[in-house]
Amino acid sequence: MSISRSDVEHVAKLARIHLSESEKEYYAEQLSAIFGYIDQLNEVDTTQVEGTVQVTGLSNIAREDMVMECSQDVVQDIQNQFPQKSCDLLQVKQILSDT
Amino acid sequence: MELHTLSIAEARKGLDDKQFSSVELTQACLARIAQRNDEINAFITVTEELALAEAQKADKRIAQGEVEMLTGIPFGVKDAICVQGVRTTGAAKILDNYTAPYEATVITRIRKQGAVLLGKQNCDGFSHGASNENSMYGPVKNPTDTTKVPGGSSGGSAAAVADNQCIFSIGGDTGGSIRQPASFCGVVGMRPSYGRNSRYGIMALASSLDTIGPFAKTVEDAAVLMEIMAGHDPKDATTVADHIPDYRKKSQTDIAGLKIGVPKEYFSQDGADQEVQERIYQNIEALETQGCSIVEVSLPHTKYAIAAYYVLMSSEDSSNLARLDGIRYGVQEVQDTLYNTYSNSRAEGFPEEVKRRIMMGTYALSAGYYDAYYKKAQKVRTCIAQDFETVFSQVDVLVSPTSPFTAFGIGEKSQDPLSMYLADVLVSPASLAGVPALSVPVGAASNGLPIGLQVIGPRLGESCVLQVGHNIFNNQ
Repeated sequence: MSISRSDVEHVAKLARIHLSESEKEYYAEQLSAIFGYIDQLNEVDTTQVEGTVQVTGLSNIAREDMVMECSQDVVQDIQNQFPQKSCDLLQVKQILSDT
Repeated sequence: MELHTLSIAEARKGLDDKQFSSVELTQACLARIAQRNDEINAFITVTEELALAEAQKADKRIAQGEVEMLTGIPFGVKDAICVQGVRTTGAAKILDNYTAPYEATVITRIRKQGAVLLGKQNCDGFSHGASNENSMYGPVKNPTDTTKVPGGSSGGSAAAVADNQCIFSIGGDTGGSIRQPASFCGVVGMRPSYGRNSRYGIMALASSLDTIGPFAKTVEDAAVLMEIMAGHDPKDATTVADHIPDYRKKSQTDIAGLKIGVPKEYFSQDGADQEVQERIYQNIEALETQGCSIVEVSLPHTKYAIAAYYVLMSSEDSSNLARLDGIRYGVQEVQDTLYNTYSNSRAEGFPEEVKRRIMMGTYALSAGYYDAYYKKAQKVRTCIAQDFETVFSQVDVLVSPTSPFTAFGIGEKSQDPLSMYLADVLVSPASLAGVPALSVPVGAASNGLPIGLQVIGPRLGESCVLQVGHNIFNNQ
């Protein structure tokens, strides 16, 4: 499996990770080797096999959808983590453009 | 008496007999950390003030006779597990300033008993690695030989126990991150069955594989910790409500009559160290002498475990780590647009291995590749789990090396990610199957480095794993 530099650019864009030009080359080479190794999964005949999504055997674990109490201290602790804020509100960059 | 070298059982006895106080025991561990942390680098954050305050409280509890197993015992926690009010970085700069506003359920259970938190332990960034070289706070060194890695990802937690900087540690095991460092550092480490211990409060790597488990100086201590950590948690819907056995008592029962499986694929790895294999065989012979029957078994899909693991783990990982964007918490790299703020915060704040795995997972899940990689790997996971189911209809536990070799050199594999991934070849299959496994130290190789023996059991078969492990541990 060969993963090109443009594949890496595409994936890095999807993953929101800025890469330098040299990193793109570097990761293209490494990911090619890794997926080359992963390709050996094709040796396994899985035509009659169901995929495993979980191993507990549990199903339909549900709980009441209730609003739980949260102390003001915890609210404050969470707000204190905001990198940018206005008063006690989380401040983010503009998401929708004017145009 | 060197207090910091004690096991949980020994420290409990000393505290209860008033030979020393929890403050004295805690001070001994803090002094050991202060003396060794520059070199070993096992702790990212030391909570000295908190530890001494908790130790004083524990001494009061002991004086009032309100003693539980861990009251007054100092411990450390992998920095990928949240402790409320304590800096929790995941060993990545994107969370350099993060203080957890909530706490992992297993840590709350341990702290409720009055255990004393010494600090947060170094690990591979967001638990990505098998050598602890992927920490943005510098590598951890193996206490036996500081030119060697301690293993990973929970390398600081293993090294701290091996170096007697704490009485026990709590780490996480997704694809081997407790067992492999336990093996490299010469301590006991247990991965529970998936769903046995709550995952609430661990920084998620791969949600269908993550587990939290103990590092300890003895198997008895590991059994004690498992009893306290195990059990259903409403905050983790994948925890099972099954009865929690008396692990400590059961681990001390006679092993005669047990059937021990020896998986032939675990002894035929390329690059495996002969000396490691011979040591494991010697221990298997000792089990036979004590009345166990030894059966050679086959797990034919073992060779595909690493490939399946890396597809599934990186896919889940790329989704889980999407939440780290520098917006609501962590370190933000302010840029002109929201997109650039995301992509630069992530570029600066993640270690290289994290970026690599996010890209692998994003690629495996992207349009056109999902069936070929992700779905295929899920099916191979079924084959691997069925291998275990089949052998556990014939034997009680499996015994193998934990790692095909002893600790490798710092820098030896860090330039070649694939060879690093292959270091987990004997630990990732049990992870995929969700079964419990324990690494027990079985002495040193001629190079002086510890050798680890792995005991793997059927789902929720921790008792038998600990029973065989305890016996092997006591025979060293």
